Amino acid sequence: MKALFALIHRDLMIASRIGGGAELGVVFFLTLTAIVPFAIGPDQNLLGRLAPAVLWIAALLSTLFGLDRLFQADEEEGVLDQFLLSDTPLELIVLAKCIAHWLTTGLVLSLAAPLLGLMLNLPVEAMLPLVATLLVGTPAITLIGAVGAAVTVSLRRGGLLMAILVLPLAVPTLVFGVAAANAAIVGPTPFGTPFLLLLATSLVALVVCPLAAAAAIRLVRG
Amino acid sequence: MNTSLRLVVRDLACSRSERLLIQGLSFGLGQGEALMVTGPNGVGKTTLLRVLAGFIPHDAGKIILECAEQNASLAQSVHFVGHRDGLRAALTVRENLDLVPAVLGQSGASISDAATALNLKALLDLPVGILSAGQRRRTALARLLVSWRPVWLLDEPTAALDTASQAMVAALISAHIEGGGIVIAATHLDLGVKARELVVQSDGSHVMREASR
Repeated sequence: MKALFALIHRDLMIASRIGGGAELGVVFFLTLTAIVPFAIGPDQNLLGRLAPAVLWIAALLSTLFGLDRLFQADEEEGVLDQFLLSDTPLELIVLAKCIAHWLTTGLVLSLAAPLLGLMLNLPVEAMLPLVATLLVGTPAITLIGAVGAAVTVSLRRGGLLMAILVLPLAVPTLVFGVAAANAAIVGPTPFGTPFLLLLATSLVALVVCPLAAAAAIRLVRG
Repeated sequence: MNTSLRLVVRDLACSRSERLLIQGLSFGLGQGEALMVTGPNGVGKTTLLRVLAGFIPHDAGKIILECAEQNASLAQSVHFVGHRDGLRAALTVRENLDLVPAVLGQSGASISDAATALNLKALLDLPVGILSAGQRRRTALARLLVSWRPVWLLDEPTAALDTASQAMVAALISAHIEGGGIVIAATHLDLGVKARELVVQSDGSHVMREASR
């Protein structure tokens, strides 16, 4: 447990020192949402209807942006070797890294989403549900992405490959996330059903992904 | 920590990218014994150390850590210092060393003692990224002290070090052996430590020389 907190603290410290983590992710999120109205046009009703979907896709891409480096920096500097000698299981170390990653991306994106929603004419009553879906759904994206990052850890340019591997696996999260956020605006399905399914995908990812990522790291480096 | 410990390797064969590097390697190292692995570049010294650390699987044979304690596994009993320093460039020397006991799980000397032993006192609050290769290597070697583990696997521990620091490393190794540790080091340099020598040749054969000093 002590190791878990030490590792989360370490990754947060590194993220704050070298930058490019939280700030860049949010700027990327902002850029993505800002270009959408240019493509769709000034139809405010249409924008408002599309807003949850646009914000969700932007959050998905912003979370994956840079996630390929999750283990790669540690691998290049030989820190991954030290993790393999740890008395803390690699699965927990992976989980610690995912938590730190989510704190610097998913959490920040979720909190920034309502502000960006204003640009897309997102109805006010949909803001809280949208934030809730992002808070619950982005951990799943980080965790699923970690598996892709683990598989591509030894590849120099693994970023694109990681995205190709991960995006199909993130579809259920996207579907339930957007469905729940939309339910709050248009109905007729209640908010609760897709939201609980979204929560379920995150919980499944929480259990399965650290195991899969740790197994992939051991396999790929062997 | 004074449980009797023995590292036994039996009929070990290891290869890298389909190329067989070492085969039929057997040896046993008890507490207070050291093994220097020598040989020309590319014969598999690094591979052997990484196999012993459990980073890469071996093709045949067994690596066993015989120990009175039941729960000690090999991975949790070894220190590995290799070409990649295992330090995060964005963190300071102190922050990097702070993490070692947390990650490895065993505590050892205090950071200031380790820093004194490796002449790192003045560097403690500098980020590792701005250090020279020799300073980084000394920081990596300080890991050996801040968390006590019986088996040290050192891949070219003196690479990039000046003469004074090389003597420092030799003294560390001697002290660890005297304290009942086991050291396996791949090196080109005579560290002046009483140790057996494993000479690996380019054709994959190897010769074991008994301790000379």
